[in-house]
Formats: sequence, structure tokens, C-alpha cells
Amino acid sequence: MIPSIPQPKSFRAMYAAYIVMFFVYLVMPLAVVAIFAFNDSMFPSLPWGGFTMDWFFNPTEPRLGLFHDGRLLESIWTSFFIACWVTVLSVAVGTTNAFLFERRDFPFKSFLYMLMLLPLVVPGVILGISILVFSSTIANWLENSFGIDVEFLRPSTFLVIVGQFSFIATITTLVIAARLRKFDTALEEAAQSLGASRLTAVWTVTLPYLKPAIIGAAIVAFLMSFENFNTTLMLVGSDQPLTIAMYGRLREGSTPELNALSLLLMAVSGGLALLSVFVQREKD
Amino acid sequence: MNLRAATQLSLFLLLAPLLVWLIGLIILPHADMFAISLRERVALRTYEFSFANYTEFFTEPLYWRTFARTAIMSTLATALTLLISFPVSYYIAKMLRGRLKAFLFLLCLVPFWVSELVRTFGWMILLRESGVFSNLLQWVGLADGPVEMLYNDATIMVGLVYTSMLFMVVPLVTTLDSLEDAQVEAGYDLGGNAFSVLRTIIIPHAMPGIVSGCIVVFMLTLGNYLTPVLLGGKDNLWFTAQIYTQFITRFNWELGAAFGFLLLGLSSLIVWTGLKLSRQTLTETMG
Repeated sequence: MIPSIPQPKSFRAMYAAYIVMFFVYLVMPLAVVAIFAFNDSMFPSLPWGGFTMDWFFNPTEPRLGLFHDGRLLESIWTSFFIACWVTVLSVAVGTTNAFLFERRDFPFKSFLYMLMLLPLVVPGVILGISILVFSSTIANWLENSFGIDVEFLRPSTFLVIVGQFSFIATITTLVIAARLRKFDTALEEAAQSLGASRLTAVWTVTLPYLKPAIIGAAIVAFLMSFENFNTTLMLVGSDQPLTIAMYGRLREGSTPELNALSLLLMAVSGGLALLSVFVQREKD
Repeated sequence: MNLRAATQLSLFLLLAPLLVWLIGLIILPHADMFAISLRERVALRTYEFSFANYTEFFTEPLYWRTFARTAIMSTLATALTLLISFPVSYYIAKMLRGRLKAFLFLLCLVPFWVSELVRTFGWMILLRESGVFSNLLQWVGLADGPVEMLYNDATIMVGLVYTSMLFMVVPLVTTLDSLEDAQVEAGYDLGGNAFSVLRTIIIPHAMPGIVSGCIVVFMLTLGNYLTPVLLGGKDNLWFTAQIYTQFITRFNWELGAAFGFLLLGLSSLIVWTGLKLSRQTLTETMG
């Protein structure tokens, strides 16, 4: 079953057909979402009503276009705000973790490393509810003991950021640590023997070397935060991020506006994903 | 400040973010959730230690049946994902070379940069009563009227397998890539046929990839919320949806926390068993 072993022609043809079918299966749902964004009809379904750009640009109800829909635009902004914070926090912690695990020895190192991996195998809903429970325990305690009401410890944008950070930090750590592992410490030592302090050496030699991984980790963190649903659902406050707002509309019965939005998301995240592949490739 | 003190200080500075994160956001919240699952509301704002929430889970058939159903369907979805993606991964890893190989591998990843919501939405457009497949069937003449293909178990399965595909294909391609062509050829030279070569050479070699793929897919499927709820409709219960109901709709956090702990227990047990059976460690598979 490798190219050098002769196989019956019919088998090869069947195998190739299976691969083609697989990719059709993979692409089909995304293709229909994209196509129906241009359907001139109130519903994202057949019959095809002709081509229109209304679902992007029409300024009035009932065929409100995406770029005029205040509520949706607001939720995009909320998601963007959350994703920026999650990215900054998890890249920062990911970088310190990478230095810690790759460069240092300390008691319980392998135990802490395993603990650091755990968020990857805890279902998102459970991460969400555990943080919800814990933060409200703290909030209740503060309220009962001191009479202060700390609003951000109740479901809120703050909790969403914290909840997403709790597992995305693991991913950024793994990405940055993988790159740091390949770094030749002799370069840092050379900088130090030329008179640089340790911190200067890290800042001017090691960090620039890590840059592709840091950018890559940042893109991954941003995308994962932007599209997260399970953890966000449990922690969301009055400002709805995009995924939650879209979910609400999907349940109400959707219009092709959602398709238009999905197409926009595909374009943006596809572009970012390609960028991250490109940045990662540069390093090798 | 001498060198030793500086080293100590920098170690402390590097440790601090890790410990704040792990203790504050992972360990304490889970411990607190466990504590809450072990109490019972006896009066307004008065709680007592009890196993009542766990007893309720086992005595109420709806709860444990949903739990079992979620576990069984996740297992089935994992097996199906493996079955579908193995030939594809093998094709990409061993039958193709160069550009086409890289391109198809990248193509496998592309759908997964789009949010799960969009992917599920795509399936809804395809499968609903007024959807693409229903119209296609009528147009071809295989159906007389609209066909509703949403809201059943088969549809949930299609969605779950679709969502999980990436997490199976990537580890499989990686392990199969490292299999030497010569080993496969040797298998044929020694008189093996396609089946025996697959059974004795290819699958054993791919085992680490198979196990890590299965663990991740099972874990993600078990914890999935969107796909079962959107494609399965109201009657098709998924355990995460039960947790959501207890927390957000009923505001019964005690029972919800118990459910959360049971789900966490199940997923940890399966991951642990998978690692033990394949003699791998979490650090090796995930790190």
C-alpha cells in the first residue's frame, strides 16, 4: 500500500475516490454557508432567490445587513476586546512558563509540568463552571464579611477573559517552549561575555529568536479566544461576545445575515491562520 | 545583590505567574466545585454536608441515562472518526509527496480555523427540512416531499465526527509519516498481503498517534455542547446541556457541580485508561 508496491488499478481508483469524497465532506458545510450569504431571500435555505449583497450592506430592517447591525457589531467589539486581553495575558504567561520549564530546575518540576497540561484534558464547560463557582464563592464571602459587592466576580467580561485564559495559556506555553528548546544557549553566553548583563542578553538575543513563536502563539490565542463557546457560555455577563450572540440568533431562527457574518469570520480567521503558518515556517 | 540571590529571585519571578494561574484558576476552582457538590440546601442559605446530589444522579433515570448516552455516543463518534480519518491520513502521509502532500494536509486544517458554530450552522443549512439535501432528493425524485434530516442521532454523529476530524488526522499523519517505506516493502517481501501488513506493521507503528488522537477526540466530544444541542434539538439530551440547565436555568449549582464532577471523573478515567493501555504519559502525548 505504498506507491512502490503495485496495486490493482481499481483499488487505486477507489482509494482516490474516497479521498475526494472526504474533502467534499470537509468543505461542503463551509461552502454552503458562504454561498447562502448572497441569497436574496429571508432564510438561508433553498430556493435560491438570486444574488444580493444586502446581507452585508443593506441599512434597514427587516433585511438588515451585517455592517449596519449595531448589536452584532457590538458583540464583535466585545469578542475583540476579550481576545486582545486573553492574547496578551496568555502570551506573557506562556513566555515566562517557557523560560521556567526549559531553563530552570526546581522541586516538583515534572509534577507542575503535568499540572500545566491538565487544562487541555478538562472539558471547556467544566472549566467554565468551576471558575463561575469559585469566583462567586469569593464574591459572596466579600459581600458577607465586608459588605462590598465586587461586580466583576459575577458573570462578566472579566470572568470570560479569565476563563479563556485558563486553558489558552497552556497552548501558548507549549508553542513558545518548543521554540525555546531549539535555542543554542551559547549565543546568550556570547552576548554575556561581550559585556551584556543577563537580562540584556535575553532581551536582545533570545527574545528576537523567539519572536516567530510568540507571534504564532498570539495568533492562535486570539483565534481560540474569538471562537470559544463552551467556557464563555458559562461565564458571560451582560455584554455578549460574538459566539454567544450568534448562538442566540441561531436558536431564534436565522437570516442570511448570519451567513454573511460567518463568511467574514472565515475570511479573517483563514487569513490569520495562513499568516501563522507563514510565520512558523520562517523559523525553520 | 549576589548572583545566588539574583538567581533565586528570577526563579521566583518565573514561578509566580505559573502558580497564580494553576492554583487560582485550575486547582482552587475545581476543589471549590467539588466542595459545593457535596452539600445540600436544607433551608434558605443553610447547607449541610451530604451526598444527596450524587444520590439524586443515580436515582433519577433521566440523569444517568443522559450520562451513559453521552459516553456511548462519544465512544462511537471516536471510533468512527478513527475509521474515517485513518485511510485519509495514510494517503496523505504515505501515498503523496511534496507540494500536493503539504497542500492536502493544510486543506485538512482549514475548516477548523472557523468557529464550531459556523461549521454546525453549515450542517444545519444542508440537512434541515428546507435545506440543500432535502431539495436535492426531491429534485432527483427520491423523495416526494421535504425531508427533515436534523434532530436525530445520526445527524449528531455526522456533526461530532466532522468537528473531531482535525484532532485525529494531525497525530495520525505525524506518526504515519515516520514509518519507513522499507518496512512496508519488507512486509510484502516476506509474503504478507495488504491486510497482514496493515495489521502487523502499519497499525502497531501508528499506535501512539491512534491513542493520542482518540483521547483528544473522546474528550472533546464528551465535553461538546453546540453540536448535540443545535443538531439534536430539544429531545436529544447531552450531559453538558444538563450541566448548563442545572447552573443557568434551574440555578441548582449543587447538583450542577456534582454533574460537572462526574463528567470530569469520566473523562479523566477514559484518558487515564487510554494512556495506561498504550503505555504513554500525558507529558508525552500532549507536551
